Amino acid sequence: MLEISDLHASVGGKEILRGITLNVNADEVHAVMGPNGSGKSTLAQVLAGNPAFEVTRGTVTYEGGNLLELAPEERAQHGVFLAFQYPIEIPGVSNAYFLRSAYNEIRRSKGLEELDPMEFLDVMDEKLKIVDMSQEMLDRSVNMGFSGGEKKRNEIMQMAVLDPKLAILDETDSGLDIDALKIVANGVNALKRPDKATIVVTHYQRLLNYIVPDFVHVLAGGRIVRSGGKELALELEERGYDWLLEPAELAR
Amino acid sequence: MTMTATSSTVYQDDFAAFTSDEGGEGPSWARRMRRDAFAKFERLGFPTPRNEDWHFTSVAPISESDFRLAQPTSTVRAEQLAPFTFGATDWCTIVFVNGRFSAALSSVGALPAGVRVVDLATAWREDELLLERFLGKITSFDEHAFTALNTAFMYDGALVHIGKEVVVGTPIHILFVADATTAKSVQHPRNLIVAERNSKASVIESYVSLGSATYFTNAVTEVEVGAGATLTHIKLQRESERAFHVGTVDARQERDSHFVSFSYAAGAELSRTNIYTLLAGEGCGSTLNGLYMVDGEQHVDHQTRIEHAQPNCFSREVYKGILDGSSHGVFNGKVYVHPVAQKTDGKQSNNNLLLSDRARIDTKPQLEIFADDVKCTHGATIGRLDDAAQFYMRSRGISADNARRLLTYAFAADVLETIEVAEVREELERLTLERFTEEERV
Repeated sequence: MLEISDLHASVGGKEILRGITLNVNADEVHAVMGPNGSGKSTLAQVLAGNPAFEVTRGTVTYEGGNLLELAPEERAQHGVFLAFQYPIEIPGVSNAYFLRSAYNEIRRSKGLEELDPMEFLDVMDEKLKIVDMSQEMLDRSVNMGFSGGEKKRNEIMQMAVLDPKLAILDETDSGLDIDALKIVANGVNALKRPDKATIVVTHYQRLLNYIVPDFVHVLAGGRIVRSGGKELALELEERGYDWLLEPAELAR
Repeated sequence: MTMTATSSTVYQDDFAAFTSDEGGEGPSWARRMRRDAFAKFERLGFPTPRNEDWHFTSVAPISESDFRLAQPTSTVRAEQLAPFTFGATDWCTIVFVNGRFSAALSSVGALPAGVRVVDLATAWREDELLLERFLGKITSFDEHAFTALNTAFMYDGALVHIGKEVVVGTPIHILFVADATTAKSVQHPRNLIVAERNSKASVIESYVSLGSATYFTNAVTEVEVGAGATLTHIKLQRESERAFHVGTVDARQERDSHFVSFSYAAGAELSRTNIYTLLAGEGCGSTLNGLYMVDGEQHVDHQTRIEHAQPNCFSREVYKGILDGSSHGVFNGKVYVHPVAQKTDGKQSNNNLLLSDRARIDTKPQLEIFADDVKCTHGATIGRLDDAAQFYMRSRGISADNARRLLTYAFAADVLETIEVAEVREELERLTLERFTEEERV
């Protein structure tokens, strides 16, 4: 589904990703772990197409096409979804209007009929339950005044509505207490299907108790320094990241 | 300050002709007021940027043109007004074409007893006492050249009189339409709105165009809000994109009254809107909100003045601006608190969204406070669309154009929400949503 090859990316002239190679197939869950500043979030943002980052080398093939050529909205329309580490607040735009606009633009791109507000509410009703959110949240401005947990649940709710093929969760566990973490993880698990894939970007192993990965990759200094199965995450939990880092990385 | 020779001559010629015609009609005090006003206009001349009130707005395009007094026309058909009447059939709508009352196009809907809506040309004969009491008494032309010019040529416009204790359920719409025949002409609409004690009403004052002619509207509206009365006034400036518009709304509020003003300015090549209110009694409240939305080479200027002259009053002001293309916006808002106006509670803000690198805004919120026990705040912001928000929306599948459009709309949404007349609010929301998508398609 996704083939990342020798991906280099920089922001403001500073190289953050320095040669990432990673293959993700349908029905797989990949965890990308690593210390702060290793490039985890940059990888997630680059895959979603954030124009603030510049890809300087390498390729990303998604479902046989060049992902890097697509605008962010086209990626979304082709089934790529990024759950943001820091969801953005948009005053003045209601959650319901925002999501319906997104949902209908994606439908339009597939040649499907748009849903009117009433029809869309029916779609939402079911999805709200997945993350235990109330109707009232739909009327509020996007992420405005939401607690940290509510913002993350809102991300997963959007994911449930937009039904992506490739979901990228960027530190979705950060700032969550254990109850909220379970709700979010259960939401993600409920959306799993054999034709989909998930990339879970996280600093801690904790989330991986609930979203069990097939593969774990450790990112350091903009490269994948080790890959393994889910037991690698447990080892990292026990030993930390230092044993995987080159002396030069440690000095940074 | 000096006037160019040409425009001076044109206005003198037109004033002479006007005085020997319609301007010679009406009560003697009115004729005298016109003469005094013209003399004052000649002394003042058009303002220049050296005048502090006009520092960021050059009226040279107005002062250097020979705008002749508009002539009556009857070519406008009722169906042409449909885009401007909010789909409302039960409103009282009084229509003026090129500054002149049109009985055929007007409809005085179900007005309750005690409400009078009439053209000024008729009111000179039938409502002389009311006019004498208020006209030219609420606003002053002493320092305002455009108000002096309007007063010199005042003849037509609307008189709205809400009697004591009367509550008017549906809005009263004063609609000024300019058609193509008005090219190179000037109109001086003069309106008087009197809301007597404990009355309540909403008045909409619209300026719209049926073509893209170059003309000049120089309007003055005086508003008397009687004790305990609530008057909502919505001014909609949707003139031709090649028109010039100077419009003043000057209100005086008696004890315990509320004046709720909204000013929307989206049209005209150059516009200046003055919204003034004097809180002349205790316990008054004023709400002055507005939205200006321009692009291309448009210039839009708002000057507001809230004068707290008595204690225990509040004022709230939110003006928002959206500027695209090479447009230029000006906001100058003054809150003036007299020494006796203790316990004044005032809040003022002006927020601007610049959609292009070439757009420009000059904003000058001002507080002048001479009382010591008051609570007043003010502030201004200038910003651009948030990159992070745009990327967030696009990452959900929303196109770049739509993300920009939605965020622009969202910027304006909270001030539009304050408009209590639902039909107007919804229409302005729709216009705001559509405005920038049309630009994208061009």
